[in-house]
Amino acid sequence: MKLSNIFSRKNRILLRELVITDFKLRYQGSALGYLWSLLKPLMLFAIMYIVFVRFLRFGAGIPHYAVSLLLGLVLWTFFVEATTQGMQAIAARGDIIRKINFPKYIIVISGTVSALINLVLNFIVVFIFMLFDGVHFGWSSLLFPLSVLALYAFSLGLAFLLAAVFVKYRDIGHLWEVLLQGLFYATPIIYPLNLVITGVGAYAAQLLMLNPVAVLIQQARGLVVGHQNVITADQIFSNPFYLLLPYLIIVGIIVLGAFYFRRTQSKFAEQV
Amino acid sequence: MTDENAITVKDVHKSFRLPHESNSGLKQVAINIFRRNRKKGYEIQKVLQGVSFEVKKGDFFGIVGRNGSGKSTLLKLLAGIYVPGLGSITTNGSLVPFIELGVGFNPELTGRENIFLNGALLGFSRDEVKEMYDEIVQFAELEKFMDQKLKNYSSGMQVRLAFSIAIQAKGDILVLDEVLAVGDEAFQKKCNAYFDEIKKNKTKTVILVTHGMDAVRRYCNRALLLEKGKIVLIGDPNEVADDYSKQFIVDTETSIKENNRYGTGEIVYQNVKYKLTKDWFTLDFDVVNKTENDYDSITMGYDFCINDDIIIGNDTRYLNDYKSGIQLGPKEKKHFSVKFANNFGNYEFTVNTNITTGLGMNVTDHIRTVVEFESNNLRYSKAFKILSFPEITEVTR
Repeated sequence: MKLSNIFSRKNRILLRELVITDFKLRYQGSALGYLWSLLKPLMLFAIMYIVFVRFLRFGAGIPHYAVSLLLGLVLWTFFVEATTQGMQAIAARGDIIRKINFPKYIIVISGTVSALINLVLNFIVVFIFMLFDGVHFGWSSLLFPLSVLALYAFSLGLAFLLAAVFVKYRDIGHLWEVLLQGLFYATPIIYPLNLVITGVGAYAAQLLMLNPVAVLIQQARGLVVGHQNVITADQIFSNPFYLLLPYLIIVGIIVLGAFYFRRTQSKFAEQV
Repeated sequence: MTDENAITVKDVHKSFRLPHESNSGLKQVAINIFRRNRKKGYEIQKVLQGVSFEVKKGDFFGIVGRNGSGKSTLLKLLAGIYVPGLGSITTNGSLVPFIELGVGFNPELTGRENIFLNGALLGFSRDEVKEMYDEIVQFAELEKFMDQKLKNYSSGMQVRLAFSIAIQAKGDILVLDEVLAVGDEAFQKKCNAYFDEIKKNKTKTVILVTHGMDAVRRYCNRALLLEKGKIVLIGDPNEVADDYSKQFIVDTETSIKENNRYGTGEIVYQNVKYKLTKDWFTLDFDVVNKTENDYDSITMGYDFCINDDIIIGNDTRYLNDYKSGIQLGPKEKKHFSVKFANNFGNYEFTVNTNITTGLGMNVTDHIRTVVEFESNNLRYSKAFKILSFPEITEVTR
């Protein structure tokens, strides 16, 4: 696996075919088809909105909290999809891996790209909500794709690591499901971060904001609905090291994932 | 034919870890960490031990050997699916594999979509696949079915499509595993014609793993014989085919596993031997009366099975030679030699012999799987040929 070969013409073609296939198969046999990509997060959002915003009054007094909630949910769903699909990618295509030699990492990438396409579709919904909610677009909104890119890179690194482990130990699938559930509540998605600060203390919020997913979701929200309406990492840390730490974790996971995947991939055909 | 190598294999070793039952997963890892004297949870199986050879461009190269000799592993190594433990394999040119009867289809996609997906997996662009598309469909004779989902294809249609993709793909090296059993009679003829043409024009390098010695003699210009992970012969395909056939001539006492045996034990088999030559299959055994009783109508029977289906069987009650049965006095022992014409070919089957005392259906000794033969043949139609074979030709006592 030479770095220059990663996106060679052949591999790009293969990636495209795999993503197209994924997309064709995803909503097969459902009457609404691709619409589900949009309906699912909307329905999820509706539930969360009713329970947490209307009943529990989370985010009361915070402007554009509904948009924040929707954006957070959409980004979280992407993280779950990308890591889960990426993790299962190798094992799910075991049949082909045993018969043809082709670059394995392409299927992991294709699993995450499918999730990425879904995310882009979901952004359309978020965008419409923003228009209705009267969100003001500033120049900083242009930086939004960078946050998404960082989240994607983190997901991809995790997907490589998980996929390689999953081939040998299927246990990781169950473990990851539980971890994701825990991480969901440990990330300020349904509740605003200032609820943690006032309810538990600033140190709890600081602890939560060491999680790269939380940092990136808050950052993306800040860029979209305005920094005055969202607590981002730079608002709760004064030491720049803690601002940097989540990014170090991201880079660490990517390096570890790529390294471990590269080392184990030659045995996939035997183990899968 | 140029003198350039298409594939160079240098001193390749490959072994697999065979985990013992229920020893995989995190549980075992956890157990192993806490265990002092770690018992190995696996066995190392050496499949290939120092294999070296070269395949020239334009060669039609055969790889033969009995089941378990390592030829499928070798093929997967050549195709790059496995990575050698030691040694190196150098491939010169694009390689198209056809392994385990297929290229890995998705049942939810149509035939057309599967062709494009497979093309991409093999490293071809959409335009390149478009170019070969018509030829693939035509060769597979599936023009009318390309817009149907693959799950609605019969297994024969799927294999035909997979095989057509493999051979019509514009690859330099074609790696084929057990393909001579693809499709019906008409499709076979077409494949044969295709192979003949390749052999004549040397448009591709072909590597063929097969049990069919006819194919080796007909198509290959070179071949190698594998035995227990080592090359025992390489070169002229006729010599290789002859040597391979000789491997099936055995004269040996069978190792009977006790769990392959049941019965009440009054009358039992002893010293069971078999001999398999090109023309004959002979079973030698003693029948012993373990009791103090006199028996005058002991029946004996045999049957041949393919994958547990009885293909043919018989017992002494139906054989005039045996009249109503065999007589054995107290503690008496008689030797039998039963000879069958060997029309087996190299099919997989098990020979079952069993013995029954005359009155009632009381089985005193039944031995399962006295001999097991190799198989390659996936076509059931060929099995019917066996229906005509094993009639006892001679019984000596």
